This record gives sequence, C-alpha cells and structure tokens, in this order.
Amino acid sequence: MFGYSMADIGNIVVMQGFSGLSLFSVLLLMALGLAIIFGQMGVINMAHGEFMTIGAYTTVFLSKLAVKYDIVNYYFVFAIIAAFIVAFIIGYLVEFVLIRHLYKRPLDTLLATWGLSLVMQQIFRSTFGAKEVSAELPQWLLGAFQPTPDIEIPINGVFVMGLAAVVTFGVFLFMFRSRWGLNVRATVQNRVMAGAVGINTKKVDRVTFALGCGIAGVAGAAFTTIASTGPTTGSLYIVDSFMVVVFGGAASLMGTIASAFGIAQAQSILQFFMTSSMGKVSTLLVIVIILMMKPEGLFAAKVRK
Amino acid sequence: MNTFTNKLLGGKQGAIGLAVLAAIILVILPLGLDPFRIGMVGKYLTYAFVAVSLVMLWGYGGILSLGQGIFFGLGGYCMAMFLKLEASDPISTKIQTTPGIPDFMDWNQITALPLFWQPFHSFTLTLLAVVLVPTLFAYIIGFAMFKRRVGGVYFAIITQAIALILSILIIGQQGYTGGVNGITDLRTLLGWDIRTDHAKYILYYINAFLLIAVILVSRYILSSKFGMLLLAMRDKEERVRFSGYDVSNFKIFIFCFAALISALGGAMFTLQVGFMSPSFIGIVPSIEMVIFAAVGGRMSLIGAVYGALLVNYGKSVFSETYPELWLYLMGGLFIAVVMFFPNGLAGIYTDLMKKFQSRKTKVAPAPAPVVAAETTEAAVSTEPAGAKA
Repeated sequence: MFGYSMADIGNIVVMQGFSGLSLFSVLLLMALGLAIIFGQMGVINMAHGEFMTIGAYTTVFLSKLAVKYDIVNYYFVFAIIAAFIVAFIIGYLVEFVLIRHLYKRPLDTLLATWGLSLVMQQIFRSTFGAKEVSAELPQWLLGAFQPTPDIEIPINGVFVMGLAAVVTFGVFLFMFRSRWGLNVRATVQNRVMAGAVGINTKKVDRVTFALGCGIAGVAGAAFTTIASTGPTTGSLYIVDSFMVVVFGGAASLMGTIASAFGIAQAQSILQFFMTSSMGKVSTLLVIVIILMMKPEGLFAAKVRK
Repeated sequence: MNTFTNKLLGGKQGAIGLAVLAAIILVILPLGLDPFRIGMVGKYLTYAFVAVSLVMLWGYGGILSLGQGIFFGLGGYCMAMFLKLEASDPISTKIQTTPGIPDFMDWNQITALPLFWQPFHSFTLTLLAVVLVPTLFAYIIGFAMFKRRVGGVYFAIITQAIALILSILIIGQQGYTGGVNGITDLRTLLGWDIRTDHAKYILYYINAFLLIAVILVSRYILSSKFGMLLLAMRDKEERVRFSGYDVSNFKIFIFCFAALISALGGAMFTLQVGFMSPSFIGIVPSIEMVIFAAVGGRMSLIGAVYGALLVNYGKSVFSETYPELWLYLMGGLFIAVVMFFPNGLAGIYTDLMKKFQSRKTKVAPAPAPVVAAETTEAAVSTEPAGAKA
C-alpha cells in the first residue's frame, strides 16, 4: 500500500494515532461543554469556540506572567483552573444577558451566538493582536519518549489526554452523582415539574451554560500545549465539535467520547494517507451520510418521542 | 383584480410594495449610479435571490438552512464552468502544454478535460445544469433528512457541515475546480463580451427582472393553499401531519424551490461579477446570507431584497474604511435582529404603519371590529418562526 512496508504502516498508524489522540482530547473537551449545553438545554452555542479561545488566551497571559516571576514549571495547573474560571464567569454573564431570553427560539439562539462569536473574535484581535501567540510551556511538558526506536510519542499529547480523562470523569461525577447534576437532568426532562418540586430551573440553566463554557476554557488551556492561539482558533473547531455532539447522540456522555475518538482518529490517520483536505472531507462526509441514515446519532437516549 | 393577479401581487399592499421596489431597482438606481456602482448593486441583488429563498424556507417554512451558499455556489459554478470553457478555446490558450483546457487545469498538470466538465460546452445543457444540479442536490439532502423527520437545529448544523465539506472539497481539488481562487478570468457569453459597461447594464436588467419574477412566483406560492400549509407546518407540524398531509414532501419541495432560487442568484452573480470562488459557499457566507433575510424581515419577500442591499452596502462601506468596526457591527446586527427586531425592517415598517393607522382611527373613530380583525390577521402572518415553537 502506497510503497510502505507493513512495519512502516504499523508505526505510522501508532504515531498518527497518537497525534489523533491529542486532537481527540481537544475535541472531547470542546464537545463535552457543547454536549452539556446542547444536549441538556437544547441551546446551540455557536460562540463555543470563542470560549475555548478565551481559555487559551488566559493560559498564554498567565504564562507570560510566569516567565516574569520565573515559575514556569508550576503555573500550568493554575492556568487550567484560571481558564475554567474566566470562561465560566463570561459564560454566566452571556447566559444572563443573551441566552436566557431565547430558550424558546433555538434557531434564533444560533444566530445570536454567531453574532456573539464575531464580536468576541474582533475583541480578541483588538486586544491580543491578529498574530498567533503561544504559551511558554513548562519543561516537563516538552520532549517525547520513545518506546521503540521508530515511534515517538510527545509528552504534551499524553498530558492533554490525561487532562481530558480527568475532566470527563469530573463531568460524569457532576452530572450523574451530584445533587446539581440531578437538578440539571430533572430540569431537562420536565422543566415545569422540576420547578414544581422546588428546583430553581433558571439558576440551573445559568450554571449549566456557564459550566459548559468553563469546560471549553479548559479545552483552550489544553490547546495551548499543542498549537498556538489566534483570534479565530476557536471557530476552526466549532463545526467539528458540533459534529461530535450530534454524531454521538446528544445527551449521551458515552456517545460523545466514542464519536470524538472516531472523528479525531479518522481525520488524523486519513490525513496521512490522503491530502489533509481530502482526509477532512471524507471524514465529514461519512459522518453526514451516517447522520442522514441515523439522525439520532450513535448512542441515542432511548426515549419515546 | 381577479384572483390570479391578486395572488400574484399579494393584494393592494403587496402591489404597492412591489411597485416601489421595482421603481427603485429598475429606474432610480440605474439612473443615479455610474456603471461601476451599478455592477455592485447588481452583485447585491444576486444575494437578494438567496435572501428571498430564505424568507420562503426559514420565515414561512421554519426550516433554517445554513447551507444556502451551497446552492448559490453550485449555480454560480455551473455558469462559470461554461464561461471558462468558452474563454479557454484552443487559440487563446495555445501557449499551454495542453491547449483548449482551462488554465488552472494546465497549471495542475491535467492533460484532458475531466468528464464532468464536458456538458458545459453546451449553453443549453449549462442552463439546465444551473437549474437542475442544485435542485437535485437539495432533493437528495431534503429527502434524506425530512423523511426521517430531522428538523430544527439538527438540520441547520448538518447543512452547515455540508457547506463546509463542499468548500473544502473545492479548495482541495485545485486541478478540477480552480481551488481557492475559484474560476476566474471569464470574458464572453456566446461571443458577447460581458465586461463592457453596456453589457453590465443589460445583465443588471436581466437580473432585476428575474428577481421580480422570482418574488412574484414566491408570492403566488405563499398565497396558495401550499403557503397556508407551510405556515401551519411551521407552527404545529404534528397537527398538519395528523390531518393527513405528508409534511416531509412539502418540506422537500420548499427546500428544492429555495435551492433553485439561490442557484439563479449564483448564476447571475457569475455573469455580472465575472468569477466564482469557494468563498461564497462555506460556513461564513452561508450564515451571512441568513442575516440578509433577517435584517429585511424574515416574513417579507420584498424586505429581504432591501435587507440584502443594505447589509452588503454597509459591508462594503465599513469594511473598506473601518475594517475593525465592521465585525462588531455585523455581530451586533445578528444579536439585535434576533433580540429586538425579529421581523426586521419589514416588521418595523408594519409597526409604524399600525401606529399611524391607530392614530387616524382615534381622530375619526372608524368601525373598530374591522381594524381589530385586520391587525390580528397581520399579527398572525408576521409572527417569527420561533416565537410559538
């Protein structure tokens, strides 16, 4: 096949597979936030990518501070938390000012958040400049380890993967093992009834939306370890993330994980054997065709319609 | 007026609105503007086709397509392929390695015209393709989605993904499509130079008349029984289904119709502007087309034309002088239209008219029930898609 020996292909698949895993981790973090907002609340947040960019810029900003005070080796953990908090607060405000007026008009929410994303992109451009910036990474994130002479696995990729796993587990605990998650799920299933038993559904909405945005912020922090950040970075991932959520079946955590994995792996392995654009085209095409045949996604929640 | 013309013009109000629009685009603008500006207005009017299609699809049908750029682009590319083949005859391309094929193919080491380019040697087949290719494509998408009752935001996201796929595909396959530059350097249509000022005026008028014809046909469709069903479907889809109608077929029809209108706009765009590129197909242009319709008024066919003219005029003025400001304005426009003016300019106009009329009725108390009946009727037909959902 294409003039590679079997061993070569094995190595390529492993290495592309690992680079796919980095993409998978970022996509998963993005999609988790979206899945919470879209899957649970039915709100389309086109500005989700910009929340990721907020997280990334927060990390870059903190890394500049860390360089100044010479604490580059430790700051990253705080940067992740800060990225979450900043994105959470902005998400909270956006819900309060914009989204809560539009819950009954999902298509209009889509347009309004698109407008929001344009405004945010321009704010980034005016504040941080049009050039891409990158964070100073701590020493322990750089380099790669080599299990065999032909295979190199970058450490930052492994770190991002670990981060994604931790956040996913956290979301699982929050949604399915906590009082808050119970309230969220109750509100999704029957808003009126949830209100009747004393759940403050408006507050639940606000926190859920903000949480989704906060996770996008974490995705941004993770993103800085594998690429540099520009004003339109987030918008490059928005369609992919929506595809992940829809393909996995909205409201299904397992589905989101599985489809993020599938999409990321397919893209990164296909991109090696085809041109990068054709890899992306074929992946998206397959997803769209599958979605046309099975619109409820891979792991649909089994409910009566 | 008999019923047919009544339906076509949309009653007295509709006839006046259409007459004003016709006067503006057929008389006032051509008289007041120089050929360069007329070319620009002509370009904006091709976007008006898409805006009108979105009024039908989104305003009345409640189906938000974020992929109208696909159909605009397909129509435009079909026309561009014909013009390109005409521009690359063997004599004018004799310096190429393979004369007689478009220059970008030659640059990409392609030595024979690909099979899917062959039909575009014929003008008749090209015109057929402009109409049929986008409509068929819309039929396939519509059939697959609406038969499975996919709608709302899912439909929006999937059409957006298709727009992304198509634009990446065109950019990636440079040898067959001209890549990111698109199909450029188009000169003549059947031997007639389309770049002269004279040709610009003629194409402008063809475009303007075609647009008015499209509005008339759309009016006719909306005022027929189908239009009533469309509104009913938007507001209470289940009830229409339970009444025995096959909802999906109506949706497929309106989606195909919207695709057809957009494709006409795309073909006229290519003729007037002289090129076609993937930058009119992807996510951003497709969603910008929605804002044309939203600004003009998602329930108003005429308003959509004004919306397309205004937004594009604003875009070219601001993005030249204050490029930073433009994105804020555009973003603000999306938010403001959704939050404060869901019926766009047309809605503002109707509100003003209502205020004006109610002031008149206060001075001279007219029989109240008639006015009330009229306003409720108007209120029902101008309510935005999502408001009741």
